[in-house]
Amino acid sequence: MGQTVRPTPEQLLKAVEAQERSARRGRLKIFLGYASGVGKSFRMFDEGRRRKIRGQDVVVAATQPSGSQASEIEQLLRGFEVIPATGDAEHPAINVPAVLRRRPQVCLIDGLAYENPPGSKNQNRWQDVEELLNAGISVVTSINLQYVTEKQPEVEAIRGKKVAESVPEAFIRTADEIEIVDAPPEYCVNRSGEKGVDPAEVERKLSELREIALVLAADVVDHQLEEYLHQQGIQQVYGTHERILVCVTPRSNASLMIHRGRRQADRFHGDLYVLYVQQGGLDSEDQKVIDANLEAARQAHAHVEILDGDDPVELILRFAAEHGITQIFVGHSQQRGWLSRWKANPVERLIMEAKGIDVRVFPHEPAHNELQLA
Amino acid sequence: MSQPTTNSNSPEAAPRRRGELTIFLGYAAGVGKTYKMLEEAQEARRQGRDVVVGYFEPHGRVDTIQRTEGLEMIPRRKLTYRGREFEEMDTAAILARHPEICAVDEFPHTNVPGAERVKRWEDVMILLDSGISVMTTMNVQHLESLNDQVRDITGIRVRETIPDWVVEQADEVVLIDVPPAALLNRLHRGAIYGKEKAQQALTNFFKESTLGALREIALRQTAHEVDLRQDGLSAAGPSRMVDSAERILIHVNESPATAALIRRGKRVADYLQADCFAVCVVPPGGMAALPKQDRETIERHLDFARKLRIETRVLQSAHAAEALVEFARENGVAQIFLSKPANRLAGWMRKNDLVMQVVRLANDRQVTVVAERRPVVF
Repeated sequence: MGQTVRPTPEQLLKAVEAQERSARRGRLKIFLGYASGVGKSFRMFDEGRRRKIRGQDVVVAATQPSGSQASEIEQLLRGFEVIPATGDAEHPAINVPAVLRRRPQVCLIDGLAYENPPGSKNQNRWQDVEELLNAGISVVTSINLQYVTEKQPEVEAIRGKKVAESVPEAFIRTADEIEIVDAPPEYCVNRSGEKGVDPAEVERKLSELREIALVLAADVVDHQLEEYLHQQGIQQVYGTHERILVCVTPRSNASLMIHRGRRQADRFHGDLYVLYVQQGGLDSEDQKVIDANLEAARQAHAHVEILDGDDPVELILRFAAEHGITQIFVGHSQQRGWLSRWKANPVERLIMEAKGIDVRVFPHEPAHNELQLA
Repeated sequence: MSQPTTNSNSPEAAPRRRGELTIFLGYAAGVGKTYKMLEEAQEARRQGRDVVVGYFEPHGRVDTIQRTEGLEMIPRRKLTYRGREFEEMDTAAILARHPEICAVDEFPHTNVPGAERVKRWEDVMILLDSGISVMTTMNVQHLESLNDQVRDITGIRVRETIPDWVVEQADEVVLIDVPPAALLNRLHRGAIYGKEKAQQALTNFFKESTLGALREIALRQTAHEVDLRQDGLSAAGPSRMVDSAERILIHVNESPATAALIRRGKRVADYLQADCFAVCVVPPGGMAALPKQDRETIERHLDFARKLRIETRVLQSAHAAEALVEFARENGVAQIFLSKPANRLAGWMRKNDLVMQVVRLANDRQVTVVAERRPVVF
């Protein structure tokens, strides 16, 4: 941990190119909310107001009919130059050519997830935003969690509703800044004023959405942090994001290890990796066990990796360092014998050599222990 | 915040309800926790609620100070310590005034010696017990279980910590999120500290990467707090499911690594919703048989564990590894948490190392060896 690695000339060149690109490109800021009514639009326009006060040239290119804080937003909007949207009220679209001609420093776009009317140059509004950014115009925009493509299955299961529009998470990750608009669910319950719905039920659903939005924001921040450190040539693991690496062998109690790993990763909102270091000379029985274990790992949505090499401990540790692993799960055979008095067994070596990483040792299944002792 | 309504016709008959606690959580000075808290207080006042400010730390920030306009402020109490005058929250005065809602800045604050209670959060508990709802502010780095991780990231050991169970008492934890770049802008403009102090802060704590890491922790912690509170929202009612298949034993001894081990073990136990024991093995003679210094250190570690609401046990045995594994078996412990051996040990020494002994003996238990996290090098 904490090593500073000198970047190679290729890395430096890439960094310079990236810097040049980002110098020309406008900056993207996204306000993320987990439901309507948390106050994304208000926060976004308020930020625009403050930027104007600081002397930035700010225009508004899209507004939304807002339920909550409508009067406050209306009041804020009066202070801005608005470039009216094209299309009809049902399918509004940003007037991209007009914004490009006007060339403001900052463009406020309420609602990133809109689909453009048929026949538009871009199908989606986020692609319009991309154009503005490429033209050097900074964009401040807002999005509701339910429109993030990768989160939609989860969100739809909670809400029991489908939405047509979506924005890929990859685009959200390109944001220079993401800001989460957090508020207690009861806030939204009070504001939405839905009738005939059990408030406790609504609150529970909102709470689940809120959790997803917070973790999404954390993941985006984590990703940005990694990129930043990478650009600075710093190899650094902060351990802010729990990443669990389960190392399986034919002898290990893999199903328990994967199960525990999955649960722990979920509880910590972390990631699960399962690694197998290939051993030569496996009989078909052992090969079957490994195949079944790796299949179980894929079923558990783990990132599965198979590596080849003479020194499993070294491979595990290198993999762990490269992937920012915070915990290694490993099986232990309890093997005894005169040799182990002198030579560290792999588990002991792993414990000694894992720097800044916890090692959780799982005993092998009893049957296997006996086999090894025999 | 919704205040439970008590029947005003028969105040004697109505049992006194505990006030609701809302925490505005941030990751650094200047993210806007106090501002947000005061805004909420203003909103409550507009709704006709009886709200006062119990403690407010202005830090000379004009925007924030403006937010107090029109709010009733309970005067601070003056205390003298070593010839200097200090000002603390006047808990007795708030209790006497008995508002519906009280805003209290800086939840993790340590009171000056001579105050009734050591920590401000203890004062807040008194207010809650008396039925007053409290909104308060804190940064994520003050959470006890994150203490080591925060030191790793910032290089600074935070002294004013709050046990996690205290934060768990909150009915609501609201994240105040600001991207580091915006925070740094504010700092450059001198909105958070005065100009000189700002320079100092910029070179130490307020690095973009440091702030990014702290922000990520705050986001994840809030997600966790939200997750914890979902149990209480389920149709079945509040039900903290305890997972007995994950019961954890934390080994306590005189090693300086013990505090970090306790924090890590407790954090994992909390996240897995598992029970947790802190266990210390002393020679057959008991604590008295230990050298004075070791005894005091172990007592301190056990005290620390108890403060975090961990059940502690002291076992007497000449063989620590055997005693730990036996205790684990008898008490259905799934995981034994140990500190990593201090150094690279030679072969013969390694065989006598506690960790390696436990790993070998615990052929039916899991053993987690917690590594020391080192401060970040920039």
